[in-house]
Amino acid sequence: MEHIRTTKVEQVKLLDRFSTSNKSLTGTLYLTATHLLFIDSSQRETWILHHHIAAVEKLPLTTSGCPLVIQCKNFRIVHFVVPRERDCHDIYNSLLQLSRTAKYEELYAFSYNPKQNESEQVKGWQLIDLAEEYRRMGVPNDYWQLSDANRDYKICETYPRELYVPRTASKPIIVGSSKFRSKGRFPVLSYYHKNKEAAICRCSQPLSGFSARCLEDEHMLQAISKANPSNRHMYVMDTRPKLNAMANRAAGKGYENEDNYSNIRFQFVGIENIHVMRSSLQKLLEVSGTRGLSVNDFLSGLENSGWLRHIKAVLDAAVFLAKVLIEKDWISFGHKFSDRCCQLDGDPKEISPVFTQFLESVWNLTEQFPQAFEYNEAFLLQIHEHVHSCQFGNFLGNCQKEREELKLKEKTYSLWPFLLAEQKKYQNPLYNPDFSPDLTLLEPNTVSFNFKFWRNMYHQFDRSMHPRQSVFNLIMNTSEQNKQLEEDIKELEAKIKQRNGQSDVVLEKEQEQTAHPAPVALKSPPCFQKEQPPMPMNDAVRTIEGSNTADNRYSELVSEFSKAEPAVVSLEYGVARMTC
Amino acid sequence: MEFAELIKTPRADNVVLHRPFHLAVEGTLCLTGHHLIFSSRRQDNAEELWLLHSNIDSIDKRFVGSLGTIVIKCKDLRIIQLDIPGMEECLNIASSIEALSTLDSVTLMYPFFYRPMFEVLEDGWSSFLLEQEFELLSSVTNEWRLSCVNKEFSVCPSYPPVVIVPKSIDDDALRKVALFRHGGRFPVLSYYHKKNGMAMLRSSQPLTGTNGRRCKEDEKLVNATLRSGRRGFVIDTRPLTVAQQARAKGGGFEQEVHYPQWRRIHKYIERFNILQESFIKLVEACNDQSHNMDRWLSKLEASNWLTHIKELLTAACLAAQCIDREGASVLVHGSEGTDSTLQVTSLAQIILDPRCRTIRGFEALIVREWLQAGHPFQQRCAQSAYSNSKQKWEAPVFLLFLECVWQIHRQFPCSFEFNEQFLIMLFEHAYASQFGTFLGNNENERAKLKLPQKTMSLWSWVNRPEELSRFQNPLYEANSLVIWPSVAPQSLQLWEGVFLRWNRPSRFLEEAEEERIHIIKYNKELQARVNTLRRRLAQLQAQDGEVQEEQ
Repeated sequence: MEHIRTTKVEQVKLLDRFSTSNKSLTGTLYLTATHLLFIDSSQRETWILHHHIAAVEKLPLTTSGCPLVIQCKNFRIVHFVVPRERDCHDIYNSLLQLSRTAKYEELYAFSYNPKQNESEQVKGWQLIDLAEEYRRMGVPNDYWQLSDANRDYKICETYPRELYVPRTASKPIIVGSSKFRSKGRFPVLSYYHKNKEAAICRCSQPLSGFSARCLEDEHMLQAISKANPSNRHMYVMDTRPKLNAMANRAAGKGYENEDNYSNIRFQFVGIENIHVMRSSLQKLLEVSGTRGLSVNDFLSGLENSGWLRHIKAVLDAAVFLAKVLIEKDWISFGHKFSDRCCQLDGDPKEISPVFTQFLESVWNLTEQFPQAFEYNEAFLLQIHEHVHSCQFGNFLGNCQKEREELKLKEKTYSLWPFLLAEQKKYQNPLYNPDFSPDLTLLEPNTVSFNFKFWRNMYHQFDRSMHPRQSVFNLIMNTSEQNKQLEEDIKELEAKIKQRNGQSDVVLEKEQEQTAHPAPVALKSPPCFQKEQPPMPMNDAVRTIEGSNTADNRYSELVSEFSKAEPAVVSLEYGVARMTC
Repeated sequence: MEFAELIKTPRADNVVLHRPFHLAVEGTLCLTGHHLIFSSRRQDNAEELWLLHSNIDSIDKRFVGSLGTIVIKCKDLRIIQLDIPGMEECLNIASSIEALSTLDSVTLMYPFFYRPMFEVLEDGWSSFLLEQEFELLSSVTNEWRLSCVNKEFSVCPSYPPVVIVPKSIDDDALRKVALFRHGGRFPVLSYYHKKNGMAMLRSSQPLTGTNGRRCKEDEKLVNATLRSGRRGFVIDTRPLTVAQQARAKGGGFEQEVHYPQWRRIHKYIERFNILQESFIKLVEACNDQSHNMDRWLSKLEASNWLTHIKELLTAACLAAQCIDREGASVLVHGSEGTDSTLQVTSLAQIILDPRCRTIRGFEALIVREWLQAGHPFQQRCAQSAYSNSKQKWEAPVFLLFLECVWQIHRQFPCSFEFNEQFLIMLFEHAYASQFGTFLGNNENERAKLKLPQKTMSLWSWVNRPEELSRFQNPLYEANSLVIWPSVAPQSLQLWEGVFLRWNRPSRFLEEAEEERIHIIKYNKELQARVNTLRRRLAQLQAQDGEVQEEQ
């Protein structure tokens, strides 16, 4: 709280990001311990969580005031103009402090109180049980067992306590192998395909340098190979470009020497490192944030950023590993959430959008297989939102050890029960649980033209870029209404049956044509997020653009028109006026 | 001429058909005067492919030993491959296809031979008459009249016999104006905005030449559409420099001194040969599956296709904005007034007029603003993206228009009565069809060819209830508002339904679409059922009430 000098500033303008006419909303800016809140004259609220702030920038003073630009990790960009420079300066300084927390304990998750009681909190953390996940995969079994080698995080700090390894891998082999692997991350089971008796394991790079070898590590890989009895060969996929792997040898790391590992095939898949990814996303955002962007600048910017190339590389590699579950693959195995997502003020070189890329790859799959996923795009966006929000304990810290030390389970809440409580919003109405029973594995087409720019992620908050009518919302709401109608029918039939004392309820088909039912109002459940991004649903089953008085997007657009709207026409129009 | 002369080998057996994402099929290939027919011999799963020769854009042949292979590239962008045993058969078939797909004479085209298997409920040739349009117009304003000055196509060969013009301008004046406009295309009414009485006119460029010729009647005509004291906008689809250069060739533009009430806006829209090149490049990019991401994006960019889409949409929004937001009348023209002009005027109507977003209304729009307005379909759609012969007249002008409609459709998916399939169907029929609708370059040519008497209209077929059901958008709910699309590059997408249609597996997408339709249909059923039950319950309750009262 000591960072906040000014809690309220009036007559602040919120500029439209893509407008050249300086179209703006005027309102009041409030600064709280956790959020920045802007309420415009029509009482619309814009909430920005301090943890979501990636950068704050104060631009040179203008005649209308002092501009303050805030870039958020959820790709929202807001542009305020504060009338007095002193207020702007105060807010700027406060935000700088508030958005860069140095200690975990100051993160929002530690103060966030969703009014759950203790047992609910505990239950929330138990929702996803790793042991249960592995049992579902059929592990432990004849080939794989639970190892207690890492019980006290002695072998590998960034691995969880419970690890599954081949039965034939003895403790000395595990210890030996871990010593030969970067940060002790020896090969462990990630996914087991019951039907094909095939396993996906993962580990870090070997500390091979130019010539070092490790017999235990070789034994470890042999053990894994034997634990996949139905496969003749074992593949080692190195996710790096080969050049990077070779370069790492100079630092005493590197890659497995094929001569030392028998019956194993090595493959490099060329996913770039975190530094390349970070700058790639930066370039993408620069391009997509340009005002009055031309198609060719957009496409060449998209190309130059390399972002879609990286997404394709990830998905190309993941064609093997289609069913990746978030909890298991990312959190428990030490994805460095804290560093990569910049939750704490730390080394900027450690920040990288790797998890964003994972979500984007999944989104690309949902586009190709609209019926294969139980969840929808809003679910992916919500997860992305909370990876950065630090509102829930799930994504805090870098590994299980750190999370235990932080006592996250006692001090913070888990995101999953909240998503579960709102699951209606995240369900895919097209989901078909029997989707292609002949394929347990999706086979995505990774030809380049299948990868699209994820507008709903990178322009989530830029309403003018989205379709004005959403098929998704309509289908979602209709599907929801269908469930309600089915209930109504049951109820009505029961009542009629009661009255009749006989079961002559027959559908009178001939009347269907003229029927005009009273619309069923659907109420959305109370939402735990303060502000709804424009993407997720409307309450009404169907809104015709502009016909709903509550939704004044349309009139807003109209007023934009008579002034200047770069995305549509008025840029040229303005020019034309000058020339004629 | 007998087609039989061109068909040296009418039939070949043991031919193998290859298509992307389909298993190869063995069968028999037959050539008729207008079709290439392939039919698999398998009893269990007989499969037939009928391909119109006029749909074939290019054909390549190659040989491995005595096995010949023909690769056929179609105007609808599909590519098929036929393996034909026997060098002679293969050569004969290839040369026959080549000859039959490049017939010079229009009267040899399939529409003149096609006999429909369906009963004609409504003759499409008379479904959309300008007289009907005028009747609608007369119910809201009496400022316009129907002129038959072009009855014999003598005033303007590319105009229909009747046109709508301001009431105060008589036929003599129109004849004079026609002499002042390129190709005789004097300004005529394209669209009347009921909301504020503003009009959109279209024409060709004025023939001012280098010495600044003027035509008082022309000035009077366009000024007749203005409210007193209000300005109008001329949207010239050429850049200023091109318009200036046109003067040397006798063309020109409306000069401020003679048209003081009009503001001229130059909104450049590419001309046909550039568009054709762009089309070819885009299709090339889409057909190469081996492109890595960078190459794909740079090819997509280099095609410039989406830039043309953006420019065209922007120009149409500009015209619509002038009419609806600025409350001004608009005159649109480029040089000839048969291509970019029509793209702009028809798209502006999609944005402004809810009627153009219904199936009938959209058909009427195409008849009025494309067919009757004299877009030279036969020249423009003679070849598609695979043709090697680069003739000067071909251009995907109509396809670009359809794609712009699709882009708006995507942004307002519930505001259109028709679906994407309807637009794709129109694209196909513009390039190759059994119907006579898109033959000829203007009404004059169509009359000479006696198309209404000798061929079937596309609309006669499309508007049959069983066909219409395939083209209806289940999400449609009439939206009476003006719909302003976003033209930001992030909001535009490649039209996959046309350009990737044959290049990707579509099964999962189609199934998802079916599921969407099912959800909507099921909703209607459930609502009807709930209503029925509610009424039944109310009846029972009323009866009970009566019974109780009696007691």
